[in-house]
Amino acid sequence: MSAWARKNLLGIEELEPGEILEILDTARTMKEISTREIKKVPVLRGKTVVNLFFEASTRTRVSFEIAEKRLSADSVNVSTSGSSVSKGETLLDTARNLEAMRPDIIVVRHGCPGTPHLLARRLACSVVNAGDGAHEHPTQALLDAFTIRERLGRVEGLTVGIFGDIAHSRVARSNIYALGKLGARVLVGGPPTMIPPGIEALGAQIVPRLDEMLPALDVLIVLRIQLERQGGVLFPSAREYASLFGVGRERLRLARPELLVMHPGPINRGLEIAPEVADGVSSLILDQVTNGVAVRMAVLYLLSGAHRGGTAADAVRGAA
Amino acid sequence: MSASRRLLIRGGRVIDPASGRDAVADLLVIDGVVAAVGQDAVAGCGECEVIEAAGLWVLPGLIDLHTHLREPGFEYKETVLTGARAAAAGGYTAVACMPNTDPPNDSAAVTRAILRKADDAALVRVYPIGCITAGQQGQRMAEFGDLVAAGCRAVSDDGRPVMHAGVMRRALEYSRYFDIPVISHCEDLNLAGDGVAHEGAISTRLGLKPIPAAAEEAMVAREVVLARQTGARVHIAHVSTRGSVSLLAAAKSEGLAVTAEATPHHLSLTDEAIVGFDTATKVNPPLRSATDREALCRALAEGIIDVVATDHAPHGLADKDLEFDVAANGMVGLETALPLVLRLVAQGACSLHRAVDALTWKPARILGVPGGRLAPGDPADITLVDPDETWTVDPENFFSKGRNSPFRGWRLTGRVRATIVGGRTIFRDGAIVGEDRR
Repeated sequence: MSAWARKNLLGIEELEPGEILEILDTARTMKEISTREIKKVPVLRGKTVVNLFFEASTRTRVSFEIAEKRLSADSVNVSTSGSSVSKGETLLDTARNLEAMRPDIIVVRHGCPGTPHLLARRLACSVVNAGDGAHEHPTQALLDAFTIRERLGRVEGLTVGIFGDIAHSRVARSNIYALGKLGARVLVGGPPTMIPPGIEALGAQIVPRLDEMLPALDVLIVLRIQLERQGGVLFPSAREYASLFGVGRERLRLARPELLVMHPGPINRGLEIAPEVADGVSSLILDQVTNGVAVRMAVLYLLSGAHRGGTAADAVRGAA
Repeated sequence: MSASRRLLIRGGRVIDPASGRDAVADLLVIDGVVAAVGQDAVAGCGECEVIEAAGLWVLPGLIDLHTHLREPGFEYKETVLTGARAAAAGGYTAVACMPNTDPPNDSAAVTRAILRKADDAALVRVYPIGCITAGQQGQRMAEFGDLVAAGCRAVSDDGRPVMHAGVMRRALEYSRYFDIPVISHCEDLNLAGDGVAHEGAISTRLGLKPIPAAAEEAMVAREVVLARQTGARVHIAHVSTRGSVSLLAAAKSEGLAVTAEATPHHLSLTDEAIVGFDTATKVNPPLRSATDREALCRALAEGIIDVVATDHAPHGLADKDLEFDVAANGMVGLETALPLVLRLVAQGACSLHRAVDALTWKPARILGVPGGRLAPGDPADITLVDPDETWTVDPENFFSKGRNSPFRGWRLTGRVRATIVGGRTIFRDGAIVGEDRR
C-alpha cells in the first residue's frame, strides 16, 4: 500500500524525498504500459481531467493528455491565452465554471507564479502544476530525476549542472529541489544577467562558467533561451550567446566522456545547444520526453487516490 | 456671555512630544480649542462634558500624510466618507489624500469636490494633495497656484513617479513659490520593470518578477540632488530600503529640506510574508528584506524617517482576488497603523515619544497644518488610546471598504477608544458617534 496522501502537486519544494521516490517508483510501473500493444489501463476510468493551459505548450500538454488517455481518464483541453484581465473573466471564475462540471483533476499551466496554489486553495478537485511562471514545474523535475535514475541507477552522489537562464526558469528551480532532495550536488551557471540573487538558498551552488563546471559533472541540463524576449536585454545577441554560453562538442571535451546531456525542450538548435550535442549519444533529450508520460501517469494515479486500493503494479497488471 | 462648549478629558496620560509633556493630566477644551492642560484644567471647567480617561493615553490626533480615499472615480474601493470613518476608527483626526483618483486631482474642481465630500462627512480633516503634473502624466506641470488656492497642501504624482528629471526639477523650483512639499514616490520605472516583489532570495524562490532596491534608491538619490539644486521641500513617500535610508541620512546631515515617511507595513513585515502568494501582501514598494526593515526601524527611531504614514490603499475583492502578478498593489492601513507602531515601541525598536511624534507633530509640520500638538490654543484634535487592550485584526470589521490587510488574524495591543476633532467626539468605543454601526 502506498503512503501518498496529497491532494495536489504544486511544487517540489514542499515534497519529502520519500514522496519523490514514491512517484518515481510508480512511474517505473507506469512506463511499461506505454510499451504494450494496447497502451491503456482502466485505472482512471470514469475520472475527468481538465488540462487548463494559459500558456502555449505543445510538449507538456500532449504529454499530460497521453498520460490521461493511457490511464483511461476522460480528458478535456482548455487552452486560453492572455491574463484574466484582458480576457474579461477572472481566473477564479474560469476555474469555478470548470469545477462546476465536476472534474477530478485540473492540470494548470499559467504564466503567473502561484496561480496553481490559488486554484488549489479554492477548488475541491486536485490541482497539478504544469508550470507557473518562473516558479515551479514539478513534473518536469520528476521526469528529469526519473531519467537520470533510469540511466545511472541513482541520483544520490551525482553532480548535476544546470546551465543557462536560471533566473526565468521554473525547470531550474524544481530541479534544484528535486535533485537536491534525492542527494545530488547541483551546480548552476550562466551569464550574470541570468543568475538570480539567493538561488543558493534553494540548494544550488553557483559556478558561473560552463568550462569550470563541466569537468565535475555527471549530468548537464541545458536550459532554453528565449531569444525573442531576452535578446539584446539579458545578452547581446544569439551569436554571442552561442559562442560564449552554448553547449557545443568542442566545449564538451572538458567534460567526462560519460557526461549525459539533458534539455527540457523545446531546443534552439545552434543557440544554447549545438545540433550534434542534442542528437549525440550522450543526449537524453528524447528519453526525457518518453519518461514524461510515465511520470505524469504516476502523478495522476497517485493524486486520484486510486493507489489506496492496492499497489500500482496490481492496478496495471493485465488490465488491458 | 454666550455659553461655550466645554469638554474635560480627565486623568489620562497626556503624551505630547511637541510640548515635551508626558504626564497624567486633565485637558480642558473650550469651543474646539485646547484651553488648558494640567492641574489647573479642572478649575476652568465649570459645567462641562467629562470624559474619564484614567488608564488611557491622551495623544494629539494622528495625522496621516498618505491616504488614498479613492473618490472620485473608485468609489467601490473607498469614498471620502468611508475613508474618513476608517481614519476616525484608527485614531486619525486628519488625513492627506493622494491625487490618483479618476479624474486625478490636478485641478481646483477636483480638489473642491473632495473637500465638499469631506465637509459632508464631517468627521476628520481632509487635506487634498494635488498632482505634480497634469493627469499624472509626468509632462506638463499642474496648476499649483489653483490647487493650493482650492485647498491642496502638497503635490505628488504618487504611484506614477515623475520619470523626467527635467520636469521634476522645474516642479520643485516652482513649488517654492507656494512653500508646499513635493511628495515623491521614488521608483525608477526602467529598473522596476514589470516586477512584483522585492528582488532577493524570496523573489528568486517564488519565481516572482523582481523589483530591485535600486529602483527606489536611484530616484531617492535623484530627488536629494534636485533638492540641493532647487532648495525645494522634498518629501520621500514610503521609504522601503536601507540604501534609501543612507541617502536620506546624508541629505539631512547636509541640511537639505528633505523629509521622509515609512509605512507601518514596511516597518512590520518583510518579503517573507509573500510566501504563499497572498495578494494582500502585494504592495508597491514591495515588502523588503529583513535588513531593510531593520534599517527603517532604526531610521524611524533616529528621526531620519520623520513620519509614519499609512499609504492606506483600499481595493475591492475584484482587484485582489487574482493571480499575484495581476492583483492590484496596496493594503489598507488606517485602522491598524497605531497598534502596529506601538508594537514596534514594545519591541524596543523606537521610543514612544518618537513614535507619537512621527504620527502627529511631524506630519503636521510637513503639511503646514494646525494640530499634532496639545498646547493651549491648538485645535482640540485628540486621540484616546487604551494601551493595554489586545485585539485581533479582522478586516471584516473595518470601517474602510477595503479588506486587503496582510495583518488579518494578528493580535495587536493598543486600541483607539475615542477620536476627537475640534473638540467634537467623532468616534467612541467602536462606533462613529451618531451612526448606527451596521
